[in-house]
Formats: sequence, structure tokens, C-alpha cells
Amino acid sequence: MTDFLKVTRRAIAGLAAATALIAVPAAALDLSGETVEWTIPFSEKGGSAKWANFFAPLLSEALPGNPTVVVKFMPGAGSTKGANWFQKQSNGDGTVLFGSSGSTQFPYLLGDPRVRYEYNDWEVVMASGTGGVAYLDPDMGAKFDGSANNLKGEDFIYGSQGATRLDLVPLLAWKMLGMNVEPVFGIKGRGDGRLMFERGEANIDYQTSSGFLKGSAALVESGTAVPMMTWGALDADGNIVRDPTFPDMPTFKEVCEATDGCETSGEAWEAWKAFFVAGFPAQKMAFLPKGTDKEIVDAFAAAFAKVQARPDFAEISAKRLGKYPMYTGSGAAGAKAQAITVNDSAKAFVKTWLADDYGVSLD
Amino acid sequence: MEVIATALPALGDAFGLILQPVVLGYLVLGVVMGLAVGVFPGLGGIAGLSLLLPFMFGMDPVLGLALMIGMVAVVPTSDTFASVLMGIPGSSASQATVLDGFPMAKNGEAARALSAAFASSLFGGLVGATFLTVFILVARPIVLEFRTPEMLMITIFGLSMVAILAGRVPLKGLAAAGLGMMIGTIGEGDSAGALRMSTYDMPYLIDGLKLVIVGLGIFAIPEIVGLLRQDKSISKTATLGAGWMTGVRDWFANIWLSMRCSIIGVAVGVIPGLGGSVVDWIAYGHTVQSTKDREKFGQGEVRGVIGPESSNNAKEGGGLVPTLLFGIPGSGSMAIFIGAIALLGSGDIEVGPAMLRDNLDITYSIVWLLALANVVGTLLCIAASGGIAKLTTIRFTLLAPFLFMLISFAAFQSGQNLMDLVALFAIGLIGIMLRRFDWSRPAFLIGFVLADPAETFANQAVQIATFRFKKGMAEGLEFIFSPIVIILIIITVISVVVGLRQAKNIMAEGDVKSGSKRAPMVFAGVILAYVLIAFADAWMIPASQHADKVFPMFVGGVTIVALVLLLIQMMNREETDTMFADKEVDGDDAKAPNGLWSTLAWFAGLLLITSLIGFILALAMFLVAFFRFRAGESWPRTLLLSAAGIAFMCMMAWVLNRDFPPGLLQSYVTLPWPFT
Repeated sequence: MTDFLKVTRRAIAGLAAATALIAVPAAALDLSGETVEWTIPFSEKGGSAKWANFFAPLLSEALPGNPTVVVKFMPGAGSTKGANWFQKQSNGDGTVLFGSSGSTQFPYLLGDPRVRYEYNDWEVVMASGTGGVAYLDPDMGAKFDGSANNLKGEDFIYGSQGATRLDLVPLLAWKMLGMNVEPVFGIKGRGDGRLMFERGEANIDYQTSSGFLKGSAALVESGTAVPMMTWGALDADGNIVRDPTFPDMPTFKEVCEATDGCETSGEAWEAWKAFFVAGFPAQKMAFLPKGTDKEIVDAFAAAFAKVQARPDFAEISAKRLGKYPMYTGSGAAGAKAQAITVNDSAKAFVKTWLADDYGVSLD
Repeated sequence: MEVIATALPALGDAFGLILQPVVLGYLVLGVVMGLAVGVFPGLGGIAGLSLLLPFMFGMDPVLGLALMIGMVAVVPTSDTFASVLMGIPGSSASQATVLDGFPMAKNGEAARALSAAFASSLFGGLVGATFLTVFILVARPIVLEFRTPEMLMITIFGLSMVAILAGRVPLKGLAAAGLGMMIGTIGEGDSAGALRMSTYDMPYLIDGLKLVIVGLGIFAIPEIVGLLRQDKSISKTATLGAGWMTGVRDWFANIWLSMRCSIIGVAVGVIPGLGGSVVDWIAYGHTVQSTKDREKFGQGEVRGVIGPESSNNAKEGGGLVPTLLFGIPGSGSMAIFIGAIALLGSGDIEVGPAMLRDNLDITYSIVWLLALANVVGTLLCIAASGGIAKLTTIRFTLLAPFLFMLISFAAFQSGQNLMDLVALFAIGLIGIMLRRFDWSRPAFLIGFVLADPAETFANQAVQIATFRFKKGMAEGLEFIFSPIVIILIIITVISVVVGLRQAKNIMAEGDVKSGSKRAPMVFAGVILAYVLIAFADAWMIPASQHADKVFPMFVGGVTIVALVLLLIQMMNREETDTMFADKEVDGDDAKAPNGLWSTLAWFAGLLLITSLIGFILALAMFLVAFFRFRAGESWPRTLLLSAAGIAFMCMMAWVLNRDFPPGLLQSYVTLPWPFT
């Protein structure tokens, strides 16, 4: 029944679109009086909520017809619940918008059994990224000389949200450096991880760029934390370069090159890089449902571009969101492609590692 | 000295910022909005704050703060209405208030209970703010002393409150808490991602059950069904009796209790990671322990209202410490609050370690806006309490359908899944049975709430301690047995010993008579069967995920031992023993004109029809049928009441931008809102 309706609706939509093409140039999208519901598959508390709440009023101003943009939250099952819901949406009239994050991408890439969604179906209209910084307590910081050679015999404790989350990237990086880092699971957010570090229970930690600037930079200033490395940023050709927010800190790539036994090529490196790209430079993306007309997709991409072009955008976004790179239109499509393309050997490598080191099986 | 030299001018600046007519106007506006949202059970501050978020962008910081704080601050005050008048825990902060507040309403003392609660809330809020003004300056190093072992010990201390709330038969109390904990472990483990009592084929359970649903199911549903069977008003006397001045005098007579509970509230609220959901139970336990004549607890003792209500507003103040100083929210509403602060003004206020150094005046403004909002909110609530308390004199059969409507809506908001309603019904059944057989419902709830922190902190503490012991014996011992931990162990032991001695006197369900052996033993057997299955389920978790296995096996093992001992005792005792308490044998329930199952069938019907045709259509049918056939109202009144209910529900959902549960019908046909 549903399928039949869908088919009919599609047929009608197709006919309508065809007629529109033949007759007059398509009327411009006008959303006046409409409500755009932007669904975030996390709770009101997280970073994605902050991200969407920041963009919602700006997007409302920039969209044709100035529709009301409301942010809705649908947390559950590590964001797979909301993503599964979005996969079933066929309401491509511009009133349904979805925001995903690295935590939505990783289960997809790792073949989590809860995933019933397909990124390739979705129409991306905006993508934004972040970086990450790892840091050490002063004792360990003193032993760090730009390489991890002196850190190899030491024991580290790290407060983690779970090995299959974004924490996969730091954990794999430290493992490649030959460091013995034991994650303590059950942390509810990176803020809790930092608190564990501050209490002296953890002696290594990582934060996203904005988290580092807000909380951990003060620790570095007061001498209770020593920065170790950033994950880096991607240049136009897809190479890892220094993070423009922290130009003085070495990247993991540099530290790896300086450390005995760590290779910036081969299976492990490819896997790390693939998951880094999926989790950081294209961490948060905004999508319209599958089958949305190109015209509507373009209108949303243009609206986000308009937001980005605001004269005060750099200032307000840096303060409220942190300095994130942001892409719209074809840039966003490129970022999405990078984020969901991880080759099978990298996936297999990560899965084996998760199973061996943390007993995580995703089948 | 130096500290005071910076603090005093900042405090002066703060008052200069707050005490402007326009700021106060926004504060009052926030308070009124908070009251409007807060009187509805289960929604609370998160729904209200989300509503305000779109307006925060670029707003003048002090005005925005006044609006938001006005809203957050009154939630623990206004949710008292639901707790006292309906026996519905309005939020996790007022669960303990139900224990004595609702019996007071039943005794016709609703206005007295409300005003005592509000006076205590006000006082608690002010004590909290005063304490914080000084404490916030030195809080950072003290909070950092609370490491994982300390957190674990506080959780265990919270669990020790089960001893005093266990009821007349300690084994039953222990088993109830154990069952609560086992139900709290359902879903994906935090440490290794193992599934407990759930499968990937049933995604709903993977996230575990939500506190809103369990709180409503354990407290609200049994009370509503119990009252509905009797077809009377909530107040047995159908009058209001003692007025609100009596309540204020009650509070004043117990001002030291109120003071102590306020301090408990701030102190527990300050510690990040506990979220303060046990504060009211700890305060209740303390109240019972410090009262000479304990006979009346559970049956309408006003001190049982004053204690928890003093602590829950003070807790909001305490929760500001982790929120502002560490950027770690103490509760869901605080989390949104942090997010909203970033949107204010030019985004200069940054919550976190730099807050005290850069924005001490704003910090103080927040602390005292919170206190001021408490004052405004309390005065409004006291003014309204006389009128609202009249609800308890209305025939309950006319109220019940609206209550079913509200709690179904609230439950659905927690997960936006039809399964929320099924879970509510299932937990409601457990609640009804616990109430019937006089098993401690508070013990069950404490177990449920603390299952997650107990497991997480235990796993983390073991892991970090092992790491420390590797470095050296002394370092490990120092980590585990810090002075704070030792003090907490002593307090916990005293609390358990004292609690067990006194538990016999506290009859939360009243003096339930005993009768036949069969029904109570069957119930104990069913519980044992569930715990055995859950134990076996945990046992089958592979060794590679042992971190998620140990806790349910340990708790399950203890619960199984308690239940087996209980069943052995049951076999050997006379059937008049308190062990066989059963509300269906004698008392109000047994004599009620309507049966349990036929009453419950109405609620089940609402859920069933919702699953077929969606909530609003089902609700319309339910309301009409209920008013006409169960309540026996005339057609015009039936239609009027039903229309009022539907209109109200739609307005609430529309303002808060919420959806209703869809049914099977909605998956075939696209209907316009609100039928979607």
C-alpha cells in the first residue's frame, strides 16, 4: 500500500516536474508561512544541538520566504534511531531537514547492525568540520619531545565515550605511536573526560578544537596540561597539513614520522586517515531527504552560502561555534563523499583492532 | 582577604545588573512561562528552555539570563502541584514529595501541604544562593577532590537510603531495590556496549528505560488507578481543611530541618555527574532519621514534605557550580542553559574554567537571579495554591482521563516512540503490584535511578585503581581510601544501621492488612523468575565484554538470594504475617466499587487504539467513551469536557512544538497535524 502510494506520488511528481520543465522556467522556491523542521538525532545537550541552534535563526533569514526553522531532537541508539527515521522520509518539499554528525557516520562505516540508513540517498546542503587536540599531564608532557619515543614504556589512562565513537581516532593514533593508553569507558561527554583529566585520574586527553579553546587552553596556560599534537587539517588536495587554528602544534602525522615504528603509509595509516576524514573535517552535515528536487537542494545550499557570506559570520561563528571550516553546494558534496568513502581494507583493519583490543564485535 | 576584595565589587555589580525594572520584568515573564510548563508532569525545564532558544540569539545577556533562569528556577517549585495533588512525580526533583504530600491531599490538607512545600522551596532557594555566593569562590579545588571513588561512595550512600525506605519487611525492600537496579541495567552497557535484556531487533530497549516513564509508571499510574476505582474525590473529606497559613507555620516550626536539607541540596548538587536525582531521597531519609515520632511518615507527615522540598530548589543552585565552573551541566536543563548562554549577546560569556576570572559579576547575577526567581515563583505558587488545591475536592472520575492524557503525552515526549506508551503501561503494572503487595516503591525507584551511576563509577574506579596499584601499593590505597571516602563510608554505615531500625515504623502504603498467602507468593515468584532470567542473560555476555557483565550479575545475585530467603520465610510464616500484605484483602482497594482490571482496561484501551489510529483520534474516542459510560455524564457535558481536553492537548503540543504518537493508520494515510 505504502509502496503503491509512493510510486503514484513519484509518478505524479515526475509528471509535474516534466510539465514544469516544458512549460515555464520553474517558479522559485518560496517557503513563506512554512515551518522547516530540522531534526537532530541527539539530545538537546550535545554539540550538534548547539550547531543547529546556531544556524536555525540565520537559515530562517536566508531562505526564500523566511520560513520558521525549528530544531527538533530525536536522540536514541547513538543517533542511529534518528538517522533511520530520516531514511524513511520522502517529504522532499524543503520542510524536512536533518543534521548528522561523526557519531552517525562511524556506525554507518563500521556496519553497525542498527544502521538502516544510506548516506548516498541523502542530499547534502552544508558540511562543517572541526579539528582535535591531544594533550598530556605535565609529568608525561616533560617526556614528550615531538616524538612518542619516550612515552612508550609509560601507562596512560584516558576517559572515553566508547571505542566505536569519535574516540576511535585518538585511540588508534596513540596505538600507532606505540603508547599504552587504557581507555576508561562510561564518560558521558568530552567535558567529563576533561574533568577526569583535571582531577588527576586521567593523564592524557583530547578535545575538539572548540572544546580545547574553551576548557583546556586555560589548563595549558596554568601549566597543568601540555599540548601534544593536533589531528591536522586537510588541504585542497586531501593532504594532512597543520591545523590553521593551532599552527604551532605538530600534527599526528609529524609526530608519527618522528616516532620509531610509526608509519605514515600502509594499512594502519590508511585506516586512521580514513576515519579521521570521516570524523573531523566533515563532522557535521545538513541533509534533505532522498528524492528532493534539485531546485530545492540548490535553494538550501544557496541559503547556507548566504549565511556564510554574512559580514559578521566569521566573528559570530568563531565565538559561538569555534572556528570550523564550512562548505556548501559542491564543496559540501565533496566533503560528504570523502566522509563516507572508506575502503574495505581500512574498515576491516579497524574492525579487527576493535575486536582484539576492546572486545567490540559489530556483527 | 584578596578573594573578598574581588568578590564584593563583583557582587555589587551583579545587583546593579539585576535590580533594573526591565530585568525584573523579563524574570517575571520567565517565571510565569516556567510555571505554565512546570505544572505539567514530565515536561519540566527542558521543554520550556527549548522554546526560548530561538529568541536567545544576540539577546542582551542579562535579559536573556533573566528570562531563562526565571523559567528553570520555578520548575522544582511548580512541579510540586502534580506531586502533592495527584501523586504524580512532576520531575525527578519531587519524587520524595509524593510520599507524604499526596497522603496529605487525601486527608484534605492539600493547601497546607502545598504552602509548606512552597515555603520550604523558597527558603531552600535562598539558602542555596547565600551558600553559593561564598562557596563558588573556593569551589573549584574542592570539586576536583571528588574523584571516581568519592562519586561511587556518594552513589552508595544514596542507595543506603533504601534501608530506611524499605518498609516493614527489609528483605522485600532489598528485593524491590534490586529489581529497580536490574531494570536500570536494561539496554546497551556503557563500558563495552554489551546488550542486557535487549536485542538489536527491538531497538527501543537498547537505550534503556527513561526516568520519566519509570517515575510515572511507579508512582502516578498506581495512584490514579487506585483512586479511580473508588469513584470519590482525592480528598477523603471533599473539603480542604487546614488553609495555607498553617503550612507556612509548619515550615517555620521546622526551620532547622529546612536549613539542613537545603545544605544537603546544595552540597550534593555541587558534585558533577550525579545530577542530583537522589537529593530529594537523601533529604527525605535525613528527615525521617531526625524525627522522633516516625509513625506518621507515608501517611501525611508535613516534615516529609518540608525536607525534600527544601533540598530540591537548593540543588538547582548547587548545580550551577559544575555548570559554570567546569562547563559540565548538572542536568538536562542546565545543558541547554549552557548552549543558550553561548548564543547570548556577542557570545562573549564562556562557561567553563575562565568564568570566575572573566565574568564574576555575571556569575553572581546568575546565582541571585536564581534566588530572586525562586521568590517570585513561590509567591505566585502560594497565591495560586488555594484555588488549585480545590482540584482535590472534584470527583476523581472526572479528573482521571485528563491525567491519563497528560502522562501518556509526557511519556511519549521522552522517546517519541509508541513503545514509550507500552513501557509506561508495563512499568505501571509493576507499580500497581508493588503497591498492592506493599513492596517499597521508593526503594525500587532509587535502585533504578542509581543503577547507571553505580555501575559506571564502580567500573571506572576499579580500572583506575588497578592502574594506580600498578604504580605502587601506597598510591593505590591513597586513591581508594581518601579522607572523603572514609567519611562517606562512616556516614553510610550509620545511615544503614539507623535506617534498618526505623524502617518498620514507616508505612509508605499505610497499614496494609495481610490475608491469603497465595497472591503475595505468586508475585514474589514472578519477580524471582524475571531476575533469574536477567541474571542468566548477563551470564551469557561474552568474557570480552565482562565490564558490562559484572554489575548485573552481582546485583542479580544479591536480589536472587533476598528473594529466595523471602520465599522460604513465606512458606514458614502464618498468613497474617505482615509479609503477606495485600491491598486486595482489606481496606480501600478491597472495598472499592470498581475492579482493578476493568479500571486498568480503560487505560489499556487508550493505548491500544492509539497504536491503531494515533493519539489524538484515540484520545477523542477515549474521552467521550469514558465520560459517558464510566463517569455517566450527560452527552452535552461529555462532549464539552472531551473537546476541552483535546483543545488543551493540541494547544500544549503546538506551543511546545511537539508531535503526538502516530498509529497504524498514519503509516498508510497522510493526515494533517494534529492527527499525524
